[in-house]
This record gives sequence, structure tokens and C-alpha cells, in this order.
Amino acid sequence: MKFTLSWLKTHLETTASLSEITDALTMIGLELEGVENRGAALAPFRVAHVIEAVQHPNADRLRACTVDTGAGLVSVVCGAPNARTGMKAVFAPPGSFIPGTGITLKVGEIRGVQSAGMLLSVREMGLGEEHDGILELSPEAPVGVPYAAWAGLDDPVIDIAVTPNRGDALSVRGVARDLAAAGLGTLLPFAPAPVPAEFESPFGWAIAMQDACPWVLGRTITGLKNGPSPQWLQDRLLAIGLRPINALVDVTNFFTIDLGRPLHVFDAGKISGTTLTFRPGDGETFKALNGKDYTATPDDCVIADAAGVQSLAGVIGGEATGCDAATTSVFVECALFNPVRVALTGRRHQVASDARSRFERGIDPALLPDAIEAATRMIQHLCGGQASTVAAAGAEPHWRRTASLRFERLAGLGGLDVAPDEVVGALERLGFTVAGRDAERVVVQVPSWRNDIAAGTPLEPSATLPAERAAKAAAGRAEIEPECDLIEEVLRLGGLDRIPPVSLPAGGAVPAATLTPRQARASVARRTLAAQGLAECVTFSFMEGARAALFGGTSEALRLANPIAADLDQMRPTPLATLALAAARNAARGHAEVGLFEIGPAYPAIDRQVQVAAGLRAGPPARHWAAPATPATAMDAKADVWTVLAALGVPMDALTVTADAPAHYHPGRSGCVRQGPKTVLATFGELHPRVLAALDLAGPAIGFEIDLDAVADPKRRRKTAPDLPSFQPLRRDFAFLVDAGVAADAVLRAARGAERTLIAGVSLFDLYQGDGLPEGKKSLAIEVVFQPRERTLTDAEIEAACQKVVAAVAKATGAALRG
Amino acid sequence: MTDDLQTLQSETDAALAAAADPRALDAVRVAVLGKSGRLTALLKELGRASPEERRERGAALNRLKDALTAAIEARRGELDAAALGARLAAERMDMTLPPRPRAQGLIHPISRTMEEMAAIFGAMGFAIAEGPDIEDDWRNFGALNIPAHHPARQDMDTFYLPGIDADGRSRVLRTHTSPVQVRTMLNQEPPIRVIVPGRTYRADHDATHSPMFHQVEGLVIDRAITLGHLKGCLIDFLRAFFGITTLPVRFRSSYFPFTEPSMEVDIGWNRKTGELGGGGDWLEILGSGMVHPKVLANCGIDPREWQGFAFGMGIERVTMLKHGIPDLRPFYESDIRWLRHYGFNPLAPAMLHEGV
Repeated sequence: MKFTLSWLKTHLETTASLSEITDALTMIGLELEGVENRGAALAPFRVAHVIEAVQHPNADRLRACTVDTGAGLVSVVCGAPNARTGMKAVFAPPGSFIPGTGITLKVGEIRGVQSAGMLLSVREMGLGEEHDGILELSPEAPVGVPYAAWAGLDDPVIDIAVTPNRGDALSVRGVARDLAAAGLGTLLPFAPAPVPAEFESPFGWAIAMQDACPWVLGRTITGLKNGPSPQWLQDRLLAIGLRPINALVDVTNFFTIDLGRPLHVFDAGKISGTTLTFRPGDGETFKALNGKDYTATPDDCVIADAAGVQSLAGVIGGEATGCDAATTSVFVECALFNPVRVALTGRRHQVASDARSRFERGIDPALLPDAIEAATRMIQHLCGGQASTVAAAGAEPHWRRTASLRFERLAGLGGLDVAPDEVVGALERLGFTVAGRDAERVVVQVPSWRNDIAAGTPLEPSATLPAERAAKAAAGRAEIEPECDLIEEVLRLGGLDRIPPVSLPAGGAVPAATLTPRQARASVARRTLAAQGLAECVTFSFMEGARAALFGGTSEALRLANPIAADLDQMRPTPLATLALAAARNAARGHAEVGLFEIGPAYPAIDRQVQVAAGLRAGPPARHWAAPATPATAMDAKADVWTVLAALGVPMDALTVTADAPAHYHPGRSGCVRQGPKTVLATFGELHPRVLAALDLAGPAIGFEIDLDAVADPKRRRKTAPDLPSFQPLRRDFAFLVDAGVAADAVLRAARGAERTLIAGVSLFDLYQGDGLPEGKKSLAIEVVFQPRERTLTDAEIEAACQKVVAAVAKATGAALRG
Repeated sequence: MTDDLQTLQSETDAALAAAADPRALDAVRVAVLGKSGRLTALLKELGRASPEERRERGAALNRLKDALTAAIEARRGELDAAALGARLAAERMDMTLPPRPRAQGLIHPISRTMEEMAAIFGAMGFAIAEGPDIEDDWRNFGALNIPAHHPARQDMDTFYLPGIDADGRSRVLRTHTSPVQVRTMLNQEPPIRVIVPGRTYRADHDATHSPMFHQVEGLVIDRAITLGHLKGCLIDFLRAFFGITTLPVRFRSSYFPFTEPSMEVDIGWNRKTGELGGGGDWLEILGSGMVHPKVLANCGIDPREWQGFAFGMGIERVTMLKHGIPDLRPFYESDIRWLRHYGFNPLAPAMLHEGV
């Protein structure tokens, strides 16, 4: 909302400076967006009279001028060809800064003639590009007055952000009222005298959509002469970015800004019939004042005459009945509209008008009679003409209500003790009237323009609440909300800085854990993965549908109805998908070798969101003199998974790996990590070549996804005493020949299970397949650690244990011991 | 010492000095102290001497034996040291070679900020609450006093998902973390003290807006929580987070549908240099207010008994300010160069006792 300082002062009598006003606006909730003050840079420049301009004695192109600055005569050397005796010009005294040249003037001597100042061009003042000569002012310009003031350039334009609750502050008068209430001056009275009616209005209203339009006033003015509005009105509109159209239209725009009271003028000569009807739209198309066609729906309230729709009520008027230079009589519309309907109509047709933004926030329902008188008077003043009676339909809606405030609640809720007299004074300055007061509380009448106070709008309670609890809460709200409304008013006017800050009371000397076990799991996983050399990423939750499909994300239910871009339309099935895109982007920039991870949501189904730790290693590793440049394999992915799961306290011995990982992995080089038959904790493997090709990612790349929500909360158990036998362990190696399809894990498990009490560990130290072995076979070499507990083992006992290992492995996998 | 013994000693010393390796040394030892060595032979001859002579010569021989043994061991030590020295010299490597790389992983600045927030608010007794990114429009709007026609719904460009949920409500990507306020109040009896860091979404994409970003929400519900506590809590947080004990913090009146009174919070900074703390300019940093009675009532909490405050803050925004990160978009681009530049050491997590 923009307005000029001088406009504000038509409603506010104040001695406050511009900065005091703008600071106050920000503190009371009408946040300053900016001040445009063209006059500030022109402050030193004054209107001057060139008493004499003669040829410079020593320079052909210069003139020596004697200038009356209003404060005495000075000598000025001027190079402008148009400098001449008797003209009025703009004078810059020594010491002033010239915006167009960036120079600060000094008294000088130019070729023997003193020059104590400068006569300015438009460009030198920073007001335009014109530089043919100095600016010539009209002969009437008063010598010695500040140029900016005389030229009307010293009126700062103030721009404030008005919050959605404050429709009343979308008016200069509303802003003035708030400033006055905050102690920055006095609100000037507004009481327009009625304009006597000279005839019965030939036009009238009919309301056939009561909920959309409860009340409307109209007035016919005939015999007027439209034309450009006067300079002062054009200047005000231009200053705030509104284009002057003609006097009649400018009057309506003036009241929209001045009182927050949008008006409309129908050209009476263009109205068909004598009745304007408020009714639902019926699919009619009409051309609006912005030149665009709109088709009214049954949910829109339109204003129609005998010929059809002429206006979208409260949003935009129609071209067919608009006023132009030829207009000689008008029918003025001053109506009240349902804010919700206006908002919905405006949104439906995507019209953002000054009228809409005020109606949808709600305008003062009691202002209509005064507003139509003020508008009539102004139209007559500017255009002449005779006014009719006021034609009305509907009635002033019920808006009177009270709100009550317990004085102790200022401290109890607001944290600030405010004296009751100060509380009441603040409310009264805002237009509240005291309906009752005692030592504990005050009851006030809410002014008509404050539809945000004690509004009593409907609750939207949770459907799951027990009825009794919901009713109690609703009763509490009815009691407390108006009080909160008033507390906010009192506190904001005094400034929230007055409220002393108080640190939160501690719940205990040492706070309880901040994170839940699930949240702590994410933190541990994050640190663990970063400690594995992976860089954490945060990628978007949505991605291109076609690419999401590569990772199984094809659900229509998870496709955004209104994506911001075509490549951000599908909720990602896994963070691995967006990590793969990130790896491809890095590769395209010449950084193919990346190790990335993300802990974030996956959206496998519309009602399911899973916290996943995903990682990806891609690209050939950098070559190094001491390390072979081997790319990461599925086993590296498995190691990442293992490291994280171990860090999360998962019992690692209980895990199994199955070969049924999702389709975005290499089918033969990927796995599912399972805890028990049902729970899948993680998947890992090489990414499928098809996926890599689709993403322009040079392979191989490995990835993993750990479902952090599937990991069980850690059990807080005391650890058992450690097993620390005093006898030396024995190590024996076995090489088994098995079918190539036998899982190494099966061999290891069988060996471990062969003699539970004696075998402390089994590890695979060699895997061989190829020359020297039969076709379809592989050799697995394992080391078994035997741990004696009570005494040293005899050779016979060792031999027996070894036989058990060989037998168990053979039985489980069909393995043969290699000779 | 008799001449023959002296001769033996000097000849042995000479032989030891000449022995250049352990084998030559051993040959000397055997020739003197071995079974048929010269000293051994002299000892054997002792038996033929008179007792008088035997005592005297025996003592001399034993002294000589000790001396020769020591000389042999000393020479052995010299040879070992020389051999080791030669080996070490041969093993010399170029210590200016680049070592084997160990990949250094990093924590993203957004995670780091969330950790710091958890640490600071945790010390003030807050727990962390969470909720899903896909919400229904009641939790995102209606319950928070933002009715369907409210202009605030237009200010938040909302992403919608198709269809409706089981309760007949539209599905949206949450536009703020505030729906978790609603979840928390419905799931937990007061008193409540939670923060909600998380992903949020708005259909806005330019240099300073991302369609996905992060917020942290705060909610405190208790019997006697006032606006003074709101101010105290936020001042305490902001000063701890930015590490500036004198950070100026300003509160000014504003409007949010879900709080009343509402206020915007500014911190002091220098607009020209970007330095926080002084400079006389103000920078808007978060929104806050006392929880609106309608929001409490929508969640079944009687505003006559309970009251409290809520706030919401952009995580990227405070991260950019704290670390001087100029642009928003690289936060989500995963450019490995950016991550390496701004990422944090995973082994130095945010802990109050080490300094956040």
C-alpha cells in the first residue's frame, strides 16, 4: 500500500518527522517496505532569478550571470546557451551535491570571474536526461523557495506491507488512525456534509444474491462534465503508481486509497433499463475495464442491467458502462460485498484489483452513507452536475459487538504490566468505545472498521476429539480470543520492545534427551556415512517422472497436480534416485568421481514416507602411485551398509543377504539385507546399466539404501562379561571345492556351526575360480579359529574338530575338501 | 700377564678388527674360545702346573677369557650396528611422496544447522517432533486458522497432490512445518516444548526461493508462558546460534493466522558488509507469536487453561547468515566442490560443551 506523506497529513495532524513516522509504522505492524523521497537530493536547490546574464569577458562560450537567490545576489558563471537576463532558474549554492554529476560545489573563479554556485539542468538534478541547457522555470516561480517543494517533488512516497487481517489499513485514513493511536499525532475528523438531493434517482438496485451483497447505495449525478482530473489529484495517483484516467474514474480510485472504500461509476447513459441487479453469473461473457473478457460463473456475483452483465461485483467493472470523456451523467455504486465471494471470484478469474484486495479483507460496513456523500461532493466539485437521492437496497449488516479484556492478562499473556488507563486510552484512540469498566476489566465496543477483532469466525476442530473436550475448548476460545485481539492492539501500539524478555524456566537441571531413538539413528547414520568418506547431500524430494520410474516411482498418486517444472513432478521413490542425478550433474562438470549420501525421505506410497539413508559411489577413482585405481564394487556398497547397521546396534550375525534387490540394481550384483524373514533393512549393489545409461552416468556406480525406520530401537541392556579365555587360539585353513552357485555365506555358516563351543571365528581368505579347477566349480579357502577354554587341545581333539568342520560344510553345500 | 697371553690377546684383537662380517667373527671366536681354540688349549695345560703356578696362571687365563669374550661381543655389536645401518640406508624412501588418499566425508550445512538447533533448544528442554511432508489441507491450513478463502493461502503457493485422502481432504506438500504443531497437540498432553526441523515446499523458484526448503518450528504450551518467554527464548537461541552474546534482537508487531499477538523478529547487522551484530540495520529472520486460541481449540486444548508460543524460522536463511553463504540454490545441487567447501567434519558434531 503506497501513499504520500502529504496525503497522510490530510488525515493526520502531526509534527513527527518522516523517519519517526516510518519507524513507527514498522513497529506497530504496518511494515515499511520503502520510502521514495525524490525531494531529499534536491533539498539545497532553490528558485532563483537571473538578474543579468552577459557575455563572459574572457570566454566565448560562457556567460557571467548575476543571480538573485532570495538570500542575496551572487555571481555565477554559466555555460548554458539559454542562460539569459530575467529568466527563473534552479540555483545550487556552494557546498551542495549535484546528483547528476556527483560533484560537490565550491566557490571558484572561472577565467577571472567569480562563480559562487550553479544554475542547473534537468540532468544535473538527476530528474531526467535533458541537458540542452539549464531548466527554465515559469516566470511566477517564487524566488528563494526550495525548488523541490515548489515543483511538488518533495512529497515522499511511503510503501507499507499490510497484513491480511488489516483491511482497514489499506487506506490512508486507516494508517493515519493507527499512527495517531501510537502517539504520532491527531486523527483529523471525517464528517462529510450531505449533498442535497435535487431529484429522484432514475436508477435503482435489486439484490438477488443476498449473501454476496448485503447492502448497496447508489446515486445518479447528471449534467456533469468529465475530463482530466486536477493536477493535485493526478499527482497523488501518479506518485503511488496509479494512472490518471479521467476525473470520474480518478475519484473512485482516490476513495479506494483514501478511505479503503472502493467505488464504481457507471456511465448512466450506457445503462440499459433502470435497475442494476446483483445476481449469480450465468455463463455470460463481458469485457472488463482492463480490456479482457471474463465469463461469469454461478459462483460469481455479477452486476447486470437489462442488457446483461456489466461488472464482476467487487472485483472489476465492465467496459460497456465505463466512463469516458463524453460521459455526462453517472450512477455511483457504493456497495458491501461478502469477502469470501470476492476472494474466490478474484482467484477464479485471476484478477488482482485494488477493489478486490480491499473487499476480500473486508471493508468498513458502516462507512457507506458517508462515503457516497464524500464521493458525490468530490464529483460535483470536479465535474459539476446535480445529485439525485440515494438509491439503496439491502441494509446495513449487524456488525456491533463487544470485547472484554482483563487488565491482568496484559502481564499474564503479554508479559508486560500496562496501567488500566493506558490500556483503555490506546483502545479508545483506535476507535473502540468503552461499554463498561471496573477494576478488573474493560468491555469495549469494536469499531465498524475492525472486522479482525472479536470476529468469531468458525473453528475447524479435529474430527477425532471427544465431544466434551471439543466443546470445552470451543468455549474457552470464545472467551479468550477477543481478549487476545485487544491485548495485541495494546501491545503493538506501545511497541513490543517494551516487553522484558524472560528466559524459559528450566524443566530440570539437566534436560532429557532431545532426540528420539529414531532421530538419533539418523544422526549416527549421518556421521558414520560421512566418516566413510561420503559427502552428505540434500536433494529435492521431487524429480522428473520418467527418471523416478527408473527407480520404481510410477505412482500417479505421488505426481504433483501443479508441479513448478516438468522435471520436478514426481515424489521420489528413493533418495538414491536424486543422488544418481546429482552424480550425473557432477560428472557433466568434470567431477565423475563422487561418493555421496543423503538421509531423507523416500515416498514409496501415498500414505507412507520412509526415512532412508542412501549412498552412491561413482566414477573411476583418481589414480595414485601407491593405490590401484579400482572402482567401487557391490562389496563396497555392502561394506557401507554393514558399517552403518553395526553403528546402529543391529545384531550383525542375524543378518542374511538375499538376491532379490529392486530392479534399479544389477540383478547379479546386488542384494537385500534381511533381519528375519520379513524385515528388509537395506538394499545395495551395482546400479543397473540401463539406469546408468538413462542418466548419462558412466559406470560402474554402486548404491545402497538403508531403511532407518526398519531398524529396531536399541535395547538398553547391560553387557555380559567379556569372553577372554587364557588359552591360545589355534588356526586351521581349509580349501573347499564347491559348485560356482554356492553362496560363500553358506560355507561360512556351516563351518561356524560345526562346533559351536570350540569355534570362535571363521573367515574367508581366498576365492578362486578358473584354470586348474573343474568347469562350474570354485574354491573357497577359509580360516577357522578354535578357542580352547579349559585346557590345551590334544592332537586327536583338534583332528576331530577339523573333521566336523569338513563334514558340516560338505553336508550343507556339497563341498569337497581340496587335497 | 705372560708374553704368550699378551700375544694371544693382541693377535685376537687384530683378528677381531679384521673380521668384517658375523662369519669371520665366529671363526675368530672358535679359534680362540672353541674346543680346540688357543685359549682353551692353554686352560687344558693348567693341570700340569704346580698348584702355586696354577692359581696364578689360572686367574690370568680367566681374566683373559673374560676380556676376549667381551671383545668378541663388542665387535659383534659393532658389526650388527653396521649391518642395520646398511639396511636402513638401503630402505630409505622419499618422504615427500603424496600419501595414500583417505576420502574425507562431510556433513551438509543444513544438517549441521539442524544439529546446532537441536543442541541449543535441547539445552532449553525442547524435544524434536516430526511429521510427514505430504499433509492434508486441514493440518496445513484449516487447523491453523487459515480457512479455504484466506488470502494467506494465496501467499503460500501450495503444491497439491491428486485425489483426496480417507478423510476427504486434499493432499498438499506441507508449506510450513506448522502442521506438526497440530499433530503434537493432538498426540500429546501439555505441557509441550518441541522444535520441528524439516522439509517444506512452496511453488516458488528463483534466486532467493527454492521449491523445497527447510524450516524449524517451535512450540511451547504451558500454563503461564507469556510473550516475555517467547522473547527470552528466541533471544537466547539467536545469541547462542550466531555466537554473538550482544546480538541485537528486535521484535515488531505482525500477523500470522496461527498466532496472536504475532511478531516478526529482526537481528542487527550491517547491510553493506553482511556482518552480524552491529551496523545499525535490521534483518528479518523469523516469525513468531502466542499460539492463537483458535488453533488451541481446534486441537482440543482449552485456551483458558493453556497458552504458549510458536515460531518458525528458515534453516537455509540462518545457515547462509551464519556462514556467509551467498546463494541459496547450491544447497540442493550437490556440487561436490561446493560440498567440500562448506561441508562440516563428521567427527566434530555440534555439542554445547565443545561449542556449536
